[in-house]
Amino acid sequence: MPFVSPEDFAKQKVAAVQEYSILSWQAVSAIFSRPRYWADIYTQMDSIGVGSMPIIVLTGFFTGCVLALQSATSLKAFGAISMTGNLVALSMVKELGPVLTGLMVSGRNAAGMASELGSMKVTEQIDAMRALGTDPVRKLVTPRLYATIFMLFFLTIVADAVGIAGGALVSVTLLGLNASSYFHASYRALEYADVVQGLTKPLFSAFIIATVGCYFGMSTKGGTQGVGRSTTQAVVFSSVFIIIVDFLVSRAMIGIFGR
Amino acid sequence: MAEQLVHEGLQSAAPGEQGSVVVFEDVSIAFDLKTVLDDISFSVDHGETRIILGPAGGGKSVLMKLANGLLRPDSGKIRVFGQEVSSMPERDLFKLRARIGMVFQESALFDSLSVEDNVAYRLHEEHVPEEEAHKRVVEALKFVELEQAIDKFPPELSGGMRRRVSIARAIISRPDLILYDSPTGGLDPITSTTIVELVMKQRDVSHTTSLMITHRLQDAFTLAMNRFNPQTGKMEPIPNGGVDESTKFLVLNEGKIVFDGTTHELVHSTDPWLRQYLS
Repeated sequence: MPFVSPEDFAKQKVAAVQEYSILSWQAVSAIFSRPRYWADIYTQMDSIGVGSMPIIVLTGFFTGCVLALQSATSLKAFGAISMTGNLVALSMVKELGPVLTGLMVSGRNAAGMASELGSMKVTEQIDAMRALGTDPVRKLVTPRLYATIFMLFFLTIVADAVGIAGGALVSVTLLGLNASSYFHASYRALEYADVVQGLTKPLFSAFIIATVGCYFGMSTKGGTQGVGRSTTQAVVFSSVFIIIVDFLVSRAMIGIFGR
Repeated sequence: MAEQLVHEGLQSAAPGEQGSVVVFEDVSIAFDLKTVLDDISFSVDHGETRIILGPAGGGKSVLMKLANGLLRPDSGKIRVFGQEVSSMPERDLFKLRARIGMVFQESALFDSLSVEDNVAYRLHEEHVPEEEAHKRVVEALKFVELEQAIDKFPPELSGGMRRRVSIARAIISRPDLILYDSPTGGLDPITSTTIVELVMKQRDVSHTTSLMITHRLQDAFTLAMNRFNPQTGKMEPIPNGGVDESTKFLVLNEGKIVFDGTTHELVHSTDPWLRQYLS
């Protein structure tokens, strides 16, 4: 591997950030002018949203289960085992639901976008699309971006719901709690600010998943090896960004709503 | 739209160049500090077929992508239909490309679309009614003698069939300029001849201006010394050892033009490198 001077390295990184920013802006703004590829948006919604349902349901459900199970030990020490529903609901809605959904969809779809677009790039299909008079950003990136934003929002709600249900199953069957009191505690624990916080995060995560996945796909170089590299980078970068942005959004929301 | 583009193109073309469809003026481009094309200047006239020859890595494909605005030169100007593509915004380039068909080196068919959808891609983008689009797809596939493959998907096709579908996709919108990037590359001699025959048919039947890259000298000379006979539907040698006047050559080596001229001038060139290359 050739040695790259620190100056060139810095320039490459700045150029990559610039290209990513331009791609993101073009993808966002393309929806406001014609042509719009609605059929592609619906296809992506099906692929990203409906296709991710099984993993989201399984992840959300078992996260809720394990959350109830693990918290029971600590809560029992304080004689507050009846607060299990409270803890599960708050944890799922504010934090685990949005983050885990983001990470799971990132692993599935950011990788999918990077590999699909990367394969198209290395086989000159992106150039062919341009040669045929179609803007590849408008045709390929914009539908993925808006489909991810729209569907991740609802996937997070599903994850929250099945997570609370999973917590209920464990609380009732293993911890001997009353189902009614569990759901009552869950319902009472949640406030408007918690729900807003939990549903704001997937909007940011979805933006990160789609733009990072598409950016690495569109900038793929070096044949099939390059496609593999882009796929890995897309998952790594989008996952890390989701967690960083999750912290920043949490802090901002706490600043705004006070909780 | 097309008439308006032609009109605008002619207006912006420099005097004396109104017959030139493609004009390169002192074009240079480098990748990672390596010069790929160095001060290239040439022009392609209306109705001309320009064969681009040269060793691999000489910048031929880059030149083709520059002509279509898929790449931008570091310096120099490129005019296509009189419009400067080297500084044109991408949005305007999409309109200009409606008049240009391009056949890529590895076909670049969309894997997830059927042959019909691949060929009709441009028509679908232009919202041509489905019935008319289907009719034109069948027509284009008949031209490349592949109408039986209309429902197949690209991975089910052989290399030669993919190139033919790619040609059908390029010609369906009846372009005024066709760019063939190594359409015979990696194919067996018989399939290569079939592809060359299609290029010849497009040249002699539609008289479309075209640029064709090839690594095979045999293909280049077949194209220059034969003509398509619409009666027999096959190519035949031009009588008395004649050559097609509209077919010219451009030879590139290490990013520079080594030769720019007619078939006759090429075979009688005294340039030592060129003679060695042709031998």
